[in-house]
Amino acid sequence: MSTMIATRDGFGEELVMLGKTNQRIVVVSADLEDATRAEYFKKAYPDRFFSMGIAEQDMVGTAAGLSLMGFIPFINSFAVFLTNRAYDMLRMDLCYNNCNVKVICSHAGLTVGEDGASAQCLEDLALMRVLPNMTVICPVDTIEAQKATRAIAGAKGPMYLRTSRAPLPVLTKESDPFKIGKANVLREGNDVTIFACGTMVSEALQAADILQQGKINARVVNMHTIKPIDEDMITRCAQETGAIVSAEEHQINGGLGGAIAEVLVKNHPVPMEMVAVRDTFGESGPPQELLKAYHLKDVDIAAAAQKAVHRKKK
Amino acid sequence: MPAKNIDIQVLRAKAVLIRREILETIHRAGSGHPGGSLSAVEILLSLYHYKMNHRPKDPKWEDRDRLIVSKGHISPGVYVVLADCGYFPKEELQTFRKLNSRLQGHVHTKVPGVEFNTGSLGQGLAVANGIALGARLLNKNFQTYCLLGDGELQEGSVWEAAMAGAHYKLERVCAIVDYNKVQENGPVNTIKNLEPLIEKWRSFGWHTVEVDGHDFPKLFQALDEATEARDRPSVIIAHTIKGKGVSFMEGDRNWHGKAPNTEQLAKALEQLK
Repeated sequence: MSTMIATRDGFGEELVMLGKTNQRIVVVSADLEDATRAEYFKKAYPDRFFSMGIAEQDMVGTAAGLSLMGFIPFINSFAVFLTNRAYDMLRMDLCYNNCNVKVICSHAGLTVGEDGASAQCLEDLALMRVLPNMTVICPVDTIEAQKATRAIAGAKGPMYLRTSRAPLPVLTKESDPFKIGKANVLREGNDVTIFACGTMVSEALQAADILQQGKINARVVNMHTIKPIDEDMITRCAQETGAIVSAEEHQINGGLGGAIAEVLVKNHPVPMEMVAVRDTFGESGPPQELLKAYHLKDVDIAAAAQKAVHRKKK
Repeated sequence: MPAKNIDIQVLRAKAVLIRREILETIHRAGSGHPGGSLSAVEILLSLYHYKMNHRPKDPKWEDRDRLIVSKGHISPGVYVVLADCGYFPKEELQTFRKLNSRLQGHVHTKVPGVEFNTGSLGQGLAVANGIALGARLLNKNFQTYCLLGDGELQEGSVWEAAMAGAHYKLERVCAIVDYNKVQENGPVNTIKNLEPLIEKWRSFGWHTVEVDGHDFPKLFQALDEATEARDRPSVIIAHTIKGKGVSFMEGDRNWHGKAPNTEQLAKALEQLK
């Protein structure tokens, strides 16, 4: 549990493994491959690596063309630049044309840290999940990042993988299941369910420890796939625990919490609280201090859970 | 397959019929883009009847030359030419822009012969580059063409792709600019001037050819020259007239994206004989 590795590393290492046997995997880049760890692939297979320079729009279009020739392009950048700058190309070239291109975005969330708001992407989950044909995944740790990389390489269609810059605790084992669209329960509990993704899963597990002291048994679910969202899991947890909390390193509007709320109102409405960035930009600072300043820590999740449980009892 | 000894007179007669069909198709739909469709007729016919290796009965033939239509709004022009080649039944043109039709308002791969869905300008050239990079990895020798509008050259993404095409020496990419000088809200040079256009492409590292885009023999020559360029991609700047062939549409921005009514159609067809 004490090992700390960023999910971008899991992606980078796995892609090299996959590239060994699958000659159809190529990487198209926009001069941030060092940061996203696509650089490992570049070093291993320079003939299958193409840099478009600092031109995200060109990267997406070129990758679409490569996919038409049967290749599986992995494009990569910081989440802010790729999802925001090249949105029209993601929509038209990848999603409208249903191209088999994998979109790998690192440096999502506040934990980018000192670079500040311009580099901290807090909108990508919302932007990506509204696009038809797009799959949206945010792995919890380096092992799950490897599994997710394998899974998206083997599945057809445009897919978004959100990775982190900040080292994250390794919470899963190689033997744990990973299936796109199937959430995993990491801790059982009957009073409230905390759905989290990426960075926020370990905070959610710590929140469950805090809640335990107050005799609240919280269930913690690793929601690694934001789209397609695991409707059955959400509905079942709402029925069994009667209160829901979402936790994400993302804007409060339109992300994981929004996706869960959409399912709840349709299938089984229960009290729900959202832990997320509250419709504001981030700023420079050390990652952990930023999480504290923007109310994304275990104590914030625990407080939200208490509130949801309290609302349930009314 | 291209017929190199093609009869120019026959092709000129075909161009007239294609223009008639384009206007009839847009008229029936009640909307569409006549101006840029009419300006690109000779370019499209030169590609499909002279230059490109393609098989209308086998649209996915792997060694075919590819055309990415970056100016996706000229779907009437593209669809009429494809139907004429035999990619799909001509009667289907009647369904253009209708619900449940394959013939979407902007070019779509539902239509046999269309390689990529477009409609948001400035995106085709990067896709053409990607195809060419893929072809190179697979040791394939087909050509990839990209038809661009002039107005869309105002999109920065075109120049990102122009830089990439030269950097990767994509000698089997040929961009064709339908330089009809008019965009939605007026003359290109008053909205945001592209000139000096040839110099721009040349300085980006492209082999350039300038040609009268309504002159078949000259277009053939330009396309042949582009194929022969080595170590760099080619661009053909085809000087054309927006709304070509119909006096009251020529050079008039109002016919960029408007359907002729019954009276206007009759008047236009009078001139296309």
